[in-house]
Amino acid sequence: MCLGIPGKVLESFDVNGLRMAKVQFGGIVREACLEYTPEAEVGDYVVVHVGFAISKVDEEEAARTYKLLEEMGQLSELEAPDGEEPAAGGKGP
Amino acid sequence: MKYLDEYRNEEIARKLIEEIRRIQTCPWVLMEVCGGQTHTIVKYGIDRLLPEAIELVHGPGCPVCVTSLELIDKAHAIARRPEVIFCSFGDMLRVPGSTCDLFTLKSQGSDVRVVYSPLDCLKIARANPEKKVVFFAIGFETTAPANAMLVWRARREGIKNVSVLVSHVLVPPAITAILDSPYNRVQGFLGPGHVCAVMGYEEYEPISARYKVPIVITGFEPLDLLEGTLLTLRQLESGRAEVENQYGRAVTREGNKAAKQLVFSVFEIGDRKWRGVGAIPRSGYKLRPEFHDYDAERLFEVQEISTEEPAICISGQILRGIKRPHDCPAFGALCSPEHPLGATMVSAEGACAAYYTYGRHLKEEVR
Repeated sequence: MCLGIPGKVLESFDVNGLRMAKVQFGGIVREACLEYTPEAEVGDYVVVHVGFAISKVDEEEAARTYKLLEEMGQLSELEAPDGEEPAAGGKGP
Repeated sequence: MKYLDEYRNEEIARKLIEEIRRIQTCPWVLMEVCGGQTHTIVKYGIDRLLPEAIELVHGPGCPVCVTSLELIDKAHAIARRPEVIFCSFGDMLRVPGSTCDLFTLKSQGSDVRVVYSPLDCLKIARANPEKKVVFFAIGFETTAPANAMLVWRARREGIKNVSVLVSHVLVPPAITAILDSPYNRVQGFLGPGHVCAVMGYEEYEPISARYKVPIVITGFEPLDLLEGTLLTLRQLESGRAEVENQYGRAVTREGNKAAKQLVFSVFEIGDRKWRGVGAIPRSGYKLRPEFHDYDAERLFEVQEISTEEPAICISGQILRGIKRPHDCPAFGALCSPEHPLGATMVSAEGACAAYYTYGRHLKEEVR
């Protein structure tokens, strides 16, 4: 129950004055209420929790974090000291 | 970007684990607060990929687990009434009260219905004007905006035959209660990403400062949890204690203003009993006085029902990170998801149920 799932807004419409949307989660499409994410438009991703979008996924932030994670291994290699001693039992001179 | 698959990338997970191994010099105990995070950790075996000296203990953030036995008994007393349609999220139906669960009541003829969204209750109320529709409004700060909207809309639309049985719990008082315990072992927290998507994380800053404990707001995918662990360890290893946001794609410091505004219009803070833990002052939401006409506890006069928790299982200690599922002699033997003895076995988000579901009762592999 307490699982928020990101989904894509396919269309939005009004039901009795409430802003609702069809949201796609993988192969499943369900209705969700967009009252708390007025900035979410068709094509945006939102985190949906018990039928309510509680947060619009920040695409720039998502891409930035992902890029940082991808580059992390390379960074720690750069951080390694230059004249590193070979590990014991490693390649000898 | 679809925000799911990318954050399950195996290659990046390996890099994160390597980095965690590289920086870790001391043993540390971390707690992930949310049941959803526990589920991901156990499903992907993340705890087993970490260095042995890093212990992940599982927090109280499973709303189904912590809903008090007393509230469940009140729910049953209401659901038994012939004029009532009792609505609930699906995973509350199997939770045992003192005598039975909601499924049993349904099989005995009570009108118990599972809803996907609290708003579904408005449709049911409109379609059944001769009935009284009661919604079991449980959850942490994540479900509060949805439950508040149900009450708000019912009043606005003049729907009189709907009410809510409120059992809302809050994360910050639970973290404080864990840190105040003389048995506390937790040195850093992976904070609750979706709770903070709603509430923001300002209220965690004084906790982090007062108890000198890192709190890293963390998402729910494997890479989120590994990065949250890495950020927490970086703080611990360098002697820092602050609030950091790993889950920036969904969480801002101030949270969701529209959601908070409606939550505080409908609810106010009150004391709350937690299953397996006991009463924690100012740890839940209750309806504001102007919404008392929607308070099922008052309408059905069940306030007097009082139930003491039986001391048959150690779920209270598991919820506070003092013990783990394997420490319980009943785990996987007397106690299973089919026959749960206590809180942490009843929901998929409970630590015991997650351990059981992913086969950890079959062969004891305690680390």
